[in-house]
Amino acid sequence: MADEELMTGAEIVLRALADQGVAHVFGYPGGAVLPIYDEFFQQEKVKHILVRHEQGATHMAEGYARSTGKCGVALATSGPGATNCVTGLTDAMLDSIPMVLITGQVPTHLIGMDAFQECDTVGITRPCTKQNWLVKNVNDLARIIHEAFYVAMTGRPGPVVVDIPKDVQFAKGKYTGPEGVIVKSYQPKTAPNVTAIEAAIDLISKAKRPLLYTGGGVINSGLEASKLLREFVALSGIPITSTLMGLGAYPASGKEWLGMLGMHGTYEANMAMHDCDVMINVGARFDDRITGRLDAFAPNSKKIHIDIDPSSINKTVKVDIPIVADVKQALAALLAEWKKRGVKLDAVSLDSWKRKIDQWKSVDCLKYKPNRDVIMPQYAIQRLYELTKTRDTYITTEVGQHQMWAAQFYRFEEPNRWMTSGGLGTMGYGLPAAVGVQAAHPKSLVIDIAGDASVQMTMQEFSTAIQYRLPVKIFIVNNHYMGMVRQWQQLLHGNRLSESYSDALPDFVKLAEAYGGTGLRCSKPAELDAAIMQMINTPGPVLFDCEVANLANCFPMIPSGKAHNEMLLGADVSDEDVGSAIDARGKQLV
Amino acid sequence: MSAHQQGTGSAYFIDTKKQEIETHTLAVIAENQPGVLARIIGLFAGRGYNIDSLTVSETEHEKHVSRFTIVTTGTAAVITQIKAQLDRMVPVHSVADLTAEGNFLARELALVKVNGLGDKRIEALRLGDAFRARVVDASVESFVFELTGKPDKIDQFISLMMPLGLVEVSRTGVAAISRGIEVLKD
Ligand SMILES: Cc1cc2nc3c(=O)[nH]c(=O)nc-3n(C[C@H](O)[C@H](O)[C@H](O)COP(=O)(O)OP(=O)(O)OC[C@H]3O[C@@H](n4cnc5c(N)ncnc54)[C@H](O)[C@@H]3O)c2cc1C
Ligand SMILES: Cc1ncc(C[n+]2csc(CCOP(=O)(O)OP(=O)(O)O)c2C)c(N)n1
Ligand SMILES: [Mg+2]
Repeated sequence: MADEELMTGAEIVLRALADQGVAHVFGYPGGAVLPIYDEFFQQEKVKHILVRHEQGATHMAEGYARSTGKCGVALATSGPGATNCVTGLTDAMLDSIPMVLITGQVPTHLIGMDAFQECDTVGITRPCTKQNWLVKNVNDLARIIHEAFYVAMTGRPGPVVVDIPKDVQFAKGKYTGPEGVIVKSYQPKTAPNVTAIEAAIDLISKAKRPLLYTGGGVINSGLEASKLLREFVALSGIPITSTLMGLGAYPASGKEWLGMLGMHGTYEANMAMHDCDVMINVGARFDDRITGRLDAFAPNSKKIHIDIDPSSINKTVKVDIPIVADVKQALAALLAEWKKRGVKLDAVSLDSWKRKIDQWKSVDCLKYKPNRDVIMPQYAIQRLYELTKTRDTYITTEVGQHQMWAAQFYRFEEPNRWMTSGGLGTMGYGLPAAVGVQAAHPKSLVIDIAGDASVQMTMQEFSTAIQYRLPVKIFIVNNHYMGMVRQWQQLLHGNRLSESYSDALPDFVKLAEAYGGTGLRCSKPAELDAAIMQMINTPGPVLFDCEVANLANCFPMIPSGKAHNEMLLGADVSDEDVGSAIDARGKQLV
Repeated sequence: MSAHQQGTGSAYFIDTKKQEIETHTLAVIAENQPGVLARIIGLFAGRGYNIDSLTVSETEHEKHVSRFTIVTTGTAAVITQIKAQLDRMVPVHSVADLTAEGNFLARELALVKVNGLGDKRIEALRLGDAFRARVVDASVESFVFELTGKPDKIDQFISLMMPLGLVEVSRTGVAAISRGIEVLKD
C-alpha cells in the first residue's frame, strides 16, 4: 500500500494538500520552507500563487474560501513570514473563515535559541487561531495536516496553523491519508434538539410581528442553508433582514427583504428589529454593530437563536430558545415541524405588521442628494450594480464608508458573492481577497470596491494579479479622505479632521500602468457608465480611480450608544444634527 | 426575557454592578498536548476572566489526558461564557461545573514556614497540632508545616500563623472532585 512508503516531511505536505483536494496555495518562500518549495517545483497538482506580502496570502485564502465554501490555504516562512500572517488569521477568526496556514520553523534543535528568523509562531498565533500545532515528529505530520483541515472546516469554521520545523521537512516518515481522521476531544454538535425545535415553532406560530435576523452562519452552512432559508421565508411570509456577513443568503430582490440591519442598516430593518415580538436569529452573533444600546435592543421580543457555537448563545443578548445546531439542519427541522403542524401565521396581524414595515420603507432611508457635477459615492455603487448585475459577479471590499455603501447599494442575489472584513474590519482585505476569489473563479467578474486609503495597505498584490493574469477590477471610491474616520470626527470631535485627509495620493492610473495593468479614471457622473463598461471589458486587471464627492457621509447611522429607533437618516441631516448626535457616553464607544 | 434583565459582554452599557459575583470550581479534562495550558490561560487573560486558582496535572498517562481544576469568579452569565469558551476549545474533552452540580470536595496543600523562638514557637506548634498540620521540617528557629484541607481552612491557618512568625507560604491550588458515584466523563 502506498500509504506505507516513507516520504520526506516536505513530500508529505504536498501529498496531504493534494489529498485534501487543494488546488491553490497562496504563499511566499523563505529559508524555513525551502524544502516545501522544492516539492512545489516537482509536482503539478497543487498550484502555488506567489504573493507580495504574506498578509496578502491570508486574505487571498479568505476570499478563496468564502467564495467557494472550501478551505483556503496559505504558506509562509518562519519569523517575519509568520508574523505577517497575524492580521489575516485574526480576520478569519472573527469572521469564521476556514483557513489552513502552513508555516516553516527553525529546526527543532534550534527552537528556543533565538535562531535566525525564529519566532514563537504557535505562541503568537494561539489567540487568533481555532487551533494550532508545532509538528516535532515527521510521523505526526500527515495526521496533523488532515486534522487541521478537519478542524478548520467543521463546527464554527476558523483559521488553523501548522508550524513545521525545517528538519521535520527533511526527515523521512510515514504518510497517512485523510480517511478516518477524528479528533476525539472535538465533536461539534450539528443536529438540533427536537424539543427546542418544537418550542421554536410554538413561539413562531403565535407571533404577531415575527422577524428573521440572519447572519454569516447561513453562508458558513453552505448553499443548502440558503435554499432552506428561502423556502422558510416563502412558506411563512416572515420578513427578513441580515447582517453584513449574511448578505446574499436571501435575495435582495426577495419579497420579504428589508435590507441590512445595524449601525448602517436600513431604517425598516432596524425599526422592525426594535418592534418585533419574535426574533429568529439564524447564524448571527448579536454583534455590537447590530444591537446598539443593549438595554433598548428589541425590548419586547422573544428570541430564538440558531448557532453552531454554544459560546455565541447568551454571550451578549439573553435568548429564550437557543438551538445549538448547524443552520441547514436546524432550518430543515423547523421546516419539517412547520409542515407537519400545517402552521399558518395569523393573517391579520402579519398583514398589519407588513403595512407598518411598508410605512418605514416609504421613508426611503438610503435617499441621498443627487449631483450632476460630481459623482456621489452612492451613485457610483448603484451604477456599478446596474452594469454588473446580470453578470457572474463577485464583490469584495476594503473597510470604510465605501464598504457600507457597497452593502447598502449593491444588491446580492446569491450567497458566497460578497466578501468583506466584518469582524476585524481590516483595511487592505479587499484587493488580495479579490485575487483569491479570481483564482477560484477565473472566468467571473471580480470587483474590489475599495477606498483610496485602504487600497494602499495591500496595493502590492496588484502585482500578483498581473503575474497570474487574474483580471480583478479594483474600483476605488476615491473621496481623498479616510472617509469613515472623517465622518466620526465630524460626529464626535467637532469636525477637527486630525490626520484623516489622504494627502499625497498616488496617481492610480499611472500606478496601474507601472504595474503593467490598466488604469482608468472618471470624475463625471455623465461619463461613469461608459467608464465602468470599459473597466468590465478590459481583459486584464484594472485600477479604476472613481473620483467621488469628498465629504459625503454614510447614512443611515445609529450613533454609538443609541437605540434602533434613534437613527440618523441621510438626506435631511444638517451639520448640527451630525455634530450633536453622539453624547458624552456614546463617545467612549467604538 | 425582557431587555432590562439582559446585558453582559458588549461595549454598550454593561452594568456589572447589578449582578452578583459567584465563585465556581470547574473541572476540565483536556488532551495532554503542548500548548493546552497556554490556550486556557490565554483565554482567561484575553477575555478578562478571573482565575482564583488553577491546578493541572496528567491524570491518566495511557489516555494522554490532563485534568485542570479552575476556581473562577464572575456573574452567572460570565461563568456560563467561560464554560462555553473552554468547551469549544479543540483539545478540551469536557468541562464540569462542580459548583453548579452541587456536592464536591475541594482540597489544597500548603507548606507554611514559621520562624521564631520561645513562646511563639510553642504556640505555633500547638496551633499546627490543632489544624492537624504535619511538621515536615524543623530547625532550632523554624518549622515547615504541611497542611491539607479546604482553601478556607488554609487561609485561616495562615492568618493565625502570621503573628507567630510566618515567613513563607507555598500553596498548590485547589484539587476538586465530586462526591458520590458520579464520574466526570472524558
Ligand atoms: C465599518 C464597519 C461597519 C459595520 N457596520 C455594520 C452594520 O451596520 N451592520 C452589520 O450587520 N454589520 C456591520 N459590520 C460588521 C460587524 O462588525 C460584524 O462583523 C457582523 O455584524 C457580524 O455578522 P454576524 O452576526 O452575521 O456574525 P458572523 O461573524 O458571520 O458569525 C456567524 C455566527 O454564526 C455561527 N455559525 C457559523 N457557522 C455556522 C453554521 N454552520 N451553523 C450555525 N451557526 C453557524 C457562528 O458561531 C457565529 O456566531 C460593520 C463592520 C465594519 C468594519
Ligand atoms: C488596518 C486598519 N487600520 C485602521 C483602520 C481604521 N479605519 C477604519 S475606516 C478607515 C478609513 C478608510 O478610508 P478609505 O479606505 O479611504 O475608505 P472611505 O471610508 O473613505 O470609503 C480607517 C482608517 C482599519 N479599519 N483598519
Ligand atoms: Mg476614502
